[in-house]
Amino acid sequence: MWQTIKVGFHKLGSPPIFYRVCQVLSPWLWAGFAVSLVIGLYYALYVVPPDYQQSDSFRILYIHVPSAWQAMAGYLVMSILAVIALVWRIRTTEIMAMSAAPIGAAFTLICLATGSIWGRPMWGTFWAWDARLTSMLILLFIYLGIMGLYAAFEDKRKGARVACILILVGLVNIPIIHFSVEWWTTLHQGRGISFVGESTMDASMKPPLIWMIVATKLLFTAALLDRSRNELIEQDRRKGWIRQKLGASV
Amino acid sequence: MTPTRKKRLTIVGIVVLSVGAAAAVALSALQDNLMFFVSPSDLYAQTVPDERHLRLGGLVVEGSVSRDPQSLEVSFAVTDGAHSIPVTYVGLLPTLFREGQGVIAHGRVDNGVFHAREVLARHDETYMPNEVAKALEAAGTPHQVTMPTTRGNASNDY
Repeated sequence: MWQTIKVGFHKLGSPPIFYRVCQVLSPWLWAGFAVSLVIGLYYALYVVPPDYQQSDSFRILYIHVPSAWQAMAGYLVMSILAVIALVWRIRTTEIMAMSAAPIGAAFTLICLATGSIWGRPMWGTFWAWDARLTSMLILLFIYLGIMGLYAAFEDKRKGARVACILILVGLVNIPIIHFSVEWWTTLHQGRGISFVGESTMDASMKPPLIWMIVATKLLFTAALLDRSRNELIEQDRRKGWIRQKLGASV
Repeated sequence: MTPTRKKRLTIVGIVVLSVGAAAAVALSALQDNLMFFVSPSDLYAQTVPDERHLRLGGLVVEGSVSRDPQSLEVSFAVTDGAHSIPVTYVGLLPTLFREGQGVIAHGRVDNGVFHAREVLARHDETYMPNEVAKALEAAGTPHQVTMPTTRGNASNDY
């Protein structure tokens, strides 16, 4: 059993097999994303009752919170890939780690934008330099830094290794974001929404949040596999196996 | 695992740990500067120069809000349970502002009165439908906005 799993993982290191796995999984992930997004948005916008103090404005959290969590979860996934890439030097993992950065950056941007839009009427300001908002902005810059560093190298494998080190350096920001609302006084609210035990969100408002969390996870994974496959095509475009996969036209 | 990979993994571990340690040292040194606001008790505990601008955070005292009908001037008191400080402000208030709500005022102290040039409302991360809020009120246990401080400091403030 253990041997089968091990061999399976080793096989993913082979670009043609990795390519095939991405190709097969991708449509299912996109379909799952579409379904959970439609259900999540329907519940978030039509079914869930308005909030007692913010009325309908609170609904933006169904985009904001899952995006924020995905921006951070995506960074953790990218860090695990970076460790594997640095220790085992597996090319497909390097490609995956590099493909994760722009997706994480997009989620961070969505989180910052929706937070700003909500903050203007509710807090009274678009932006404040408190610990939570600032550390989230730094996360965006780290993501952009990883993308820039990777792009600056002619040798993609060398670029990926250097960028993987930057990923591990930036990892320290993730617990800072998470605990910023507990360590320091912030304008941003503390952590209160929980799916186990006591929660500051009424149970009737949670289902769309769960759907949107599932949707963002599936979106991240689907985009990650598609981006990785594209990166593989780009890098190996002159190689025989890619030409065979894409037909003789390339 | 081959010796080379073991060595690389050790280096990766050292990189992560040393960056973490450096960040921990830097952040604990900057602890006070990273606070977005101070509580009324903090203001009582230390003397703040009158010209110094700072942010004051706490709950708006119930029944303390009074508006000047002729202008946008509004005055209220901000409390952290132990101490309260009167605040004056001229301007528009955010949607979430009301009595009992967490607010952060940016301004300076003058003769024991806090003159705010900006007032922000704080959300306490509580979400519930109107019916639930009414049911809580009917049961005699209306939702109390939690004190806008860090969890670590909360025990010291009461």
